Amino acid sequence: MSQQFYVSPEQVMKDRADFARKGIARGKSVVVLSYRDGMALVAENPSPTLHKIGEIYDRIAFAAVGKYNEFESLRQAGVRYADVRGYSYDRVDVTARGLASVYAQSLGTVFTAEQKPFEVELAVAEVGVSEAGDHIFRLNFDGSISDEAGFLAMGGQADAVQSTLERLWVPGALLAQALHWAVTALAAPRISTGASETGRIHLLDATTLEVAVLERNASRVRGSHRAFRRLGAADVAALLASGKQPPTPSPA
Amino acid sequence: MAGTRHSGFPPLEGEGSSSSFLDFVSRNNPGLLPFGRDLPAGSMPATPHGTTIVALTFAGGVLMAGDRRATMGTMIASRHIEKVFPADKYSVLGIAGTAGIAIDMVRLFQVELEHYEKIEGTRLSLEGKANRLGAMVRANLPMALQGLSVVPLFAGIEYGAATGRLFSYDVTGGRYEELEHHSVGSGSVFARGALKKLWRPELSEEDAVAVAVEALIDAADDDSATGGPDLIRALWPVVYTVKNDGATRVSQEALAAAVAGIVTHRSIERREA
Repeated sequence: MSQQFYVSPEQVMKDRADFARKGIARGKSVVVLSYRDGMALVAENPSPTLHKIGEIYDRIAFAAVGKYNEFESLRQAGVRYADVRGYSYDRVDVTARGLASVYAQSLGTVFTAEQKPFEVELAVAEVGVSEAGDHIFRLNFDGSISDEAGFLAMGGQADAVQSTLERLWVPGALLAQALHWAVTALAAPRISTGASETGRIHLLDATTLEVAVLERNASRVRGSHRAFRRLGAADVAALLASGKQPPTPSPA
Repeated sequence: MAGTRHSGFPPLEGEGSSSSFLDFVSRNNPGLLPFGRDLPAGSMPATPHGTTIVALTFAGGVLMAGDRRATMGTMIASRHIEKVFPADKYSVLGIAGTAGIAIDMVRLFQVELEHYEKIEGTRLSLEGKANRLGAMVRANLPMALQGLSVVPLFAGIEYGAATGRLFSYDVTGGRYEELEHHSVGSGSVFARGALKKLWRPELSEEDAVAVAVEALIDAADDDSATGGPDLIRALWPVVYTVKNDGATRVSQEALAAAVAGIVTHRSIERREA
């Protein structure tokens, strides 16, 4: 048996955390935010099939950044957890809090016990009956969990995106407005670094965006218990075009 | 992996994870399934049984209707039971047989379809759905041998297609595609006779509702376990239509009107049905 050098636990954890953080920062960002009629999940994602955003249950959605194979297995596990729970109890008994806490346990276990930590960061969003009832949970690679109010940004240069959202976001917005904020925030890192060189600010367009919403009144409006709905490129383009105009609060 | 119960979370189960909720639950929580348990010898006390379901195609879709009666031996167990359910956006199913198991099987089937859709990001094909339902019916075969059988009727429309399709099952899980119309349950013999005379190609949706209701009235006329429309309590059959924009439940008003039409017509004619 080979003799191992002593490495302090602090150093081990720090190395693992740095490793995971680097992996997450390499990718592109995802934004989750509440608006008047629901919650929007917006990701910069050129692929139309490899999703970063997914449906978990009636009022719960999932968003992730990092390595696809890792967060995809977590997403599927989340769907299984929610479906088993909803089937054995009742549909209303599946909550984002419960799901987020099993995610936290799972990520925490992998962080300490496995060869390599997950290079992922997750968001679990649950739409409420009013904007005050919305929940957004942020889950880090080490299993730490936090409850965010109103909006969340993660992945890539998350700090720049988050600070832009902090500046822009107010409750009660319409979807077009919220989407415009999200796109502005996602483009923020590029504006601060790349724009000065090219001299042109390139905002994201519908083809490079993955957008889904959790509709607050899905059961009343669409007669469906599933609040999650993916927006197609055409819808996104139309919303982006209308969101650019100065916000005039009118029924959408 | 076999025999080990794991939490269902990574690291977990990379291998052999499937898109099927039924497979997942069978492996990890078999106790949750409505079927698949060994019953001890002994006779089963009377349990509620669901009865007649009819289904028929019409121009641009397919329709399914079920009466509202559940019987327990010679007793009426329920006047309000609903035996036709939406399976997902583009399909519906109706159940005849032991109500307790059948209703859980419906719930399982609904989760199965939604689960696949969420995991895979795409809908199961109509054939695929029909096969999954067959697998569930087959899984219930040991219970069917004890007298707790469930016989579903499945109808739906392939996304983007213009015509609806019908599938019937036997207790062994055999799956048969039916053309034009079909019926299952104790009153099905009479309902099918009525459907043969009333159904026409390219029925309108409104006419299709009337045909389904009339077939159920005929079944209730001759089968004691099938409930007719209850004019006093204003209880109408549960009717769903599936068209290419999804499954919808036919409104109480539309059903009341359809029943009133048939009742008036038959009262005027004063014939032996």
